[in-house]
This record gives sequence, C-alpha cells and structure tokens, in this order.
Amino acid sequence: MGELRLMKGNEVLAEAAIRCGCDGYFGYPITPQSEVMEMLMERQPWDETGMVVLQAESEVAAINMVYGAAGSGKKVMTSSSSPGVSLMSEGISYIAGAELPCLVVNVQRGGPGLGTIQPSQADYFQAVKGGGHGDYKMIVLAPSSVQEMNDFVDLAFELAFKYRNPAMILTDGAIGQMMEKVELSDYKKRWTEKEVNEKNGSWATFGKPSTRERNVITSLELDSAKMEVNNQRFQEKYRRMEAEEQRYEAIQCDDAEYLFVAFGTAARVCEKAVEIAREKGIKVGLLRPITLFPFPKDVIKELAPKVKGFLSVEMNAGQMVEDVKLAVYDAGCNQHVEFFGRMGGIIPSPGEVVEALEQKLMKEGK
Amino acid sequence: MDIKEIIKPENLVYSKSKVQIDTITHYCPGCTHGVVHKLISELIDEMGIQEKTVGVAPVGCAVFAYNYIDIDWQEAAHGRAPAVATGIVRLNPDKFVFAYQGDGDLASIGAGEIIHACNRGENILVVFINNGIYGMTGGQMAPTTIENMVTSTTPCGRDHERNGYPLKMTDLVAQLPGTSYVTRQSAQTAASVRKCKRALKKGIQNVLDKKGTSFVEVVSTCNSGWKLTPVQANKWMEENMFPYYPLGDMKDSEKGEPVSNN
Ligand SMILES: Cc1ncc(C[n+]2csc(CCOP(=O)(O)OP(=O)(O)O)c2C)c(N)n1
Ligand code: SF4
Ligand SMILES: [Mg+2]
Repeated sequence: MGELRLMKGNEVLAEAAIRCGCDGYFGYPITPQSEVMEMLMERQPWDETGMVVLQAESEVAAINMVYGAAGSGKKVMTSSSSPGVSLMSEGISYIAGAELPCLVVNVQRGGPGLGTIQPSQADYFQAVKGGGHGDYKMIVLAPSSVQEMNDFVDLAFELAFKYRNPAMILTDGAIGQMMEKVELSDYKKRWTEKEVNEKNGSWATFGKPSTRERNVITSLELDSAKMEVNNQRFQEKYRRMEAEEQRYEAIQCDDAEYLFVAFGTAARVCEKAVEIAREKGIKVGLLRPITLFPFPKDVIKELAPKVKGFLSVEMNAGQMVEDVKLAVYDAGCNQHVEFFGRMGGIIPSPGEVVEALEQKLMKEGK
Repeated sequence: MDIKEIIKPENLVYSKSKVQIDTITHYCPGCTHGVVHKLISELIDEMGIQEKTVGVAPVGCAVFAYNYIDIDWQEAAHGRAPAVATGIVRLNPDKFVFAYQGDGDLASIGAGEIIHACNRGENILVVFINNGIYGMTGGQMAPTTIENMVTSTTPCGRDHERNGYPLKMTDLVAQLPGTSYVTRQSAQTAASVRKCKRALKKGIQNVLDKKGTSFVEVVSTCNSGWKLTPVQANKWMEENMFPYYPLGDMKDSEKGEPVSNN
C-alpha cells in the first residue's frame, strides 16, 4: 500500500510528477490550476530528484520550453487551464508534428474567452479534435477522482513515450480543487543520462556523438510527397492508439436499458444519478470514458444493441455526444442518443440528470 | 609546377570545416546567413564542441539551418527559439545550446521570449541575423526595417507615424542583468567576418563558462528582399543600416558590467 494522504487534485498532479521521475515542469499561473506549480515550488524537487521547475513568461513560452526539453528525450510536462491551453495549441501542434512525448494538463474552466473560473468540460473538442492546426491527435485521459489525478500522470507519460506523442490529462476545476483521499505512487527514479540515451538516443537532441548521425527535431517538410508520408505515419499511429488504448469504466451496464455516458466530474454526478434512477426502478448504467481520445467506441458498439438509448451528460453545450452518436452509428444501430448538460461553470445535479433521462429518452415514442 | 604537387596536406591554408555539411544551400547568393553558418560550423569544429552542441533553428530563411551544420538541431515555432533553447539547456545544463534567429523571428513575434530568456540569463548563445526585413515571406517590413526603407508592406517607405520606429533589440537586451556579452557585428568584408567570428567565439566561450546569455547581432543583407545585387546590398547596408545600428560591443561582463548569478 502506497502512502495515503488527503490532498487537492492539483497538488496531487505535482506530487505524482515528482514521484514518477518527471524531469521538468514549465508553466504559467492561471486559476483553477495554479496549485500545481505552487506545490512544485514548495516541494523543491530540484534538490530531491533533480526535477527542474520553471515559471515561464507565458503559456506560449511554457509549451515551447516543453518542446525543447521533450526534444532532448526527457519526461516533461506543463499544466494550464482553458485560455492558457488555447495559447499552447500552436506548440502542441508542433510537438505532435515533431513526434515528441510530453504531458499537458488542462484543468478546465468555463469559456469562451476569459469565461469563468468555475469547472467546465467545454474544451472536449479542443482536446480530442485537434485544438491546434493540422491533422493531429493527442492521447486524452479524463480523471474523475483525485486518485486518478495521481495515477494518470505516470500513465500519460508511459503512453506519450510509447507513441512519441503529446498526451493530455483533461480535467476540470472541480477535480483540481477538491480534496480526497489518495494513495500516492511510489517513487520512480528519473532516467539517468545513459538511460535517456539508450531509450531515446535514436531521435533526441542532446549533442551528436561521432557514432551517430545528427538528430533533427522538426515538423517541417516542404516536399508534399514526403509530407503526405509523414501524415500517413501519424494517422497510422493514431489508428494504433485507437486499437490498443481505449479505456473506460462500465458501472452497472450489464442489465442496463439506458446508459449515461459521462467523463470526469460529470461522471461522478452520473454515478449518483444511476443510484437515484435505480431506486426508481429505471435500469440505467454509466459508461465512463477514461480515454477521450481514443474514444472507447468499441464498448459502445458492444452495448448499443442491448440498450434503448444513451444520454451523454457533459458540462458544456454538447460535445462528446457527437462521438457517442458516431459510435452508435458505426455499430449499425439507431438507438436514441440524447444530450444533457449545464454550462457556465455549473455542475449538473444528479436529480436533473435523472429528470433529463426520463424526459429525453423514456417518454412515449422514444 | 604540377597541380598535384600543390595539393598536399602541408600546403593547406584553408578548408571547409567538417561540421559544415557538404551540400548546396537554399540561400540566395550574397545572403549573410550562409557566412554566419560557416563561422558557427568552424567554431564548433575548432572548439571541439560538436558532441555537446544543440542548435535551435528559427522560422525564417534559416529554418533549414539543420541541413547545413552537422549537429543536433531543433526547429522552433516562429519566434520561440529562446523558449525552446531554455527548455533544452535547463534540463541539459552542460550542453552548449544556441538559438539562431532572424529579426522578424526575434524582434517581432518572439520579442517576449527573447527578453525573458535574456532576463533570466539563460546560459545560451543567441545569434541574431538582422537584415531589416522578412526575407522568407518575400520582403515585408520587419520591426528592424529602417525609416523610409521600401518593403512590400511599406511601398512608400517605412514611416514612423504609421509603423513606429526601428527596434534596437540589441540595445534593449544589453540593459538586462542576465546578459553577459552583447555585441553588434557584420559580415560583409574579410575583416568584418574575422571580427564577427571572434565575437561568436567569445559568445560561445561565455556559455561554456556558464556566464549567462550571450547575444551576437549580425547586421545583415537580404539582397533578394532588398531587390539589390549582393554588392549593392553590402554598400546599402554600410550606408543606411550602420548609422542606425552602429557596430561594436555593447556589453562585456569581463569588463565589469553586471552579470546575473544564474
Ligand atoms: C506563427 C507564424 N506566423 C507567420 C509565419 C510566416 N513567416 C515565416 S518566416 C517569417 C518572417 C521571417 O523573417 P525573419 O525572422 O526576419 O527571417 P529572415 O527570413 O529575414 O532571415 C514569417 C512572418 C509563420 N511561419 N508562423
Ligand atoms: S531571401 Fe534574403 S534572407 Fe532569405 S536567403 Fe535570400 S537573401 Fe537570404
Ligand atoms: Mg529578416
């Protein structure tokens, strides 16, 4: 059993980074995630593990520092919240284009614009459909508890290095700010220079020894024929992620006639809504995507023929619902897929979720 | 005397550095980028630092610098080379990291990153190719374009009422405690090339000695963008750019100017 603590989600991100052997963090303050860097500065991991922590002058600079440091083959991350992640989007696109591993955490707040500092899931599209320019994908993990904030840091790095691709933890202000019991991971040693060289020496830039060709990290290729080959390689990689990395949690789905589909904070609300609905005799389950990209469409395909309908519950105007519809369509099914959500930083109540289920899916004719 | 008798190792007075890749560059004839690439290659070779050097290429005509100098390279987004270099050097403090940037890249879109990298005293060399124009995108005004100069976006000449004043970035960064060596050079004559090489060498040595940021501006020509022949461009630069961008060292920490303890 690891060390048990009562901690804030944001602080756990920092603690998990130190413990998983992260080499560097670059960030810029923004509510509701500033505790990540504050905690790191407090912990001073440079003395303990040698991890570098730097407050950058902007999110633009932070993500480009991540690009540089990731290019040297090390485990690096940044965290921000929605407006800051918009600023990072160009850099994330470069990182994806140059095929570098890194972790970006988005502790979402409501938008558009400066919006609100209250929790939101309105950056789903930005996270899973691109955000920055060009045809790229990130692995997107959606924790729904402080425990998962801990667990997904290491997992995100593992996946980022497995695919040499940016990975994102897409969470929100509620999970970032809430305190829960968490079992912290054991310490992993940071990679030594020798290990970095062994693992990543074929592409990383840390000075060219006479024994190898120079390594060049770039996303540029002016020859269209070659660029298309690069694009095909990226797409192949994304298809591999879809084949191998779909993750989800299925709660009371076995006998369900209806399914909530929800991630993160909305999934916590839906867990309670399942209880309330079941007390009323409604057979409903919860499918909680853990990876938003790759979206867990295989399980939806499997479940779709067995249920009467889906309700996608989100803290936005209806974004993931499109992926649920696509998955149901791909399964050759025509079950109803409805949406219920709140915006502006409001977390829906379990009661309103059950009511939405009854109204949108259980009325005569549906 | 037969030519074979002349071509002997003992008669060799000059050769291409082995760090310079044997290839045709995409630079226009007369462009300063090629000369500065050559100097950097020679210095990396002479100082024996190829194995510890990481270059950061800009967006601009030098975007393909990585095709010409045989070292590890990262190609940065437009203006972000100092941030990328920061990321590399912070996690690899014993490496020699340099950012190579044009004036649009460094003084316009990347003005924030360069100021903050210099202000933190990042232990990097910045090579700043100031040709007073956006070469790569076809000759638009840069923040460094001098007054009255005609560019494709200032067809009647740069007018400070509309476009502001040419920005002297090097003077600006010399004010910052994080910089250890700040100089403005050129590379249009044999003598200026030699001086420029000495300045670059000093900048590299300062980084190897962990003295903070070294900043070498090279007042440059872009004969294609300026629509001049290489010879005319050199003359135009001497007559029009040097008065506004006077050459020489602006700061040398060895001579007592403040340096950060970063
Ligand atoms: C974000 C972004 N904006 C604009 C461009 C287009 N662009 C490419 S190079 C360049 C200007 C480069 O000028 P400079 O830095 O002076 O380099 P030079 O070519 O003169 O050496 C611009 C605006 C870009 N690539 N990325
Ligand atoms: S356009 Fe200007 S800066 Fe670019 S290669 Fe030609 S001369 Fe050099
Ligand atoms: Mg220029």
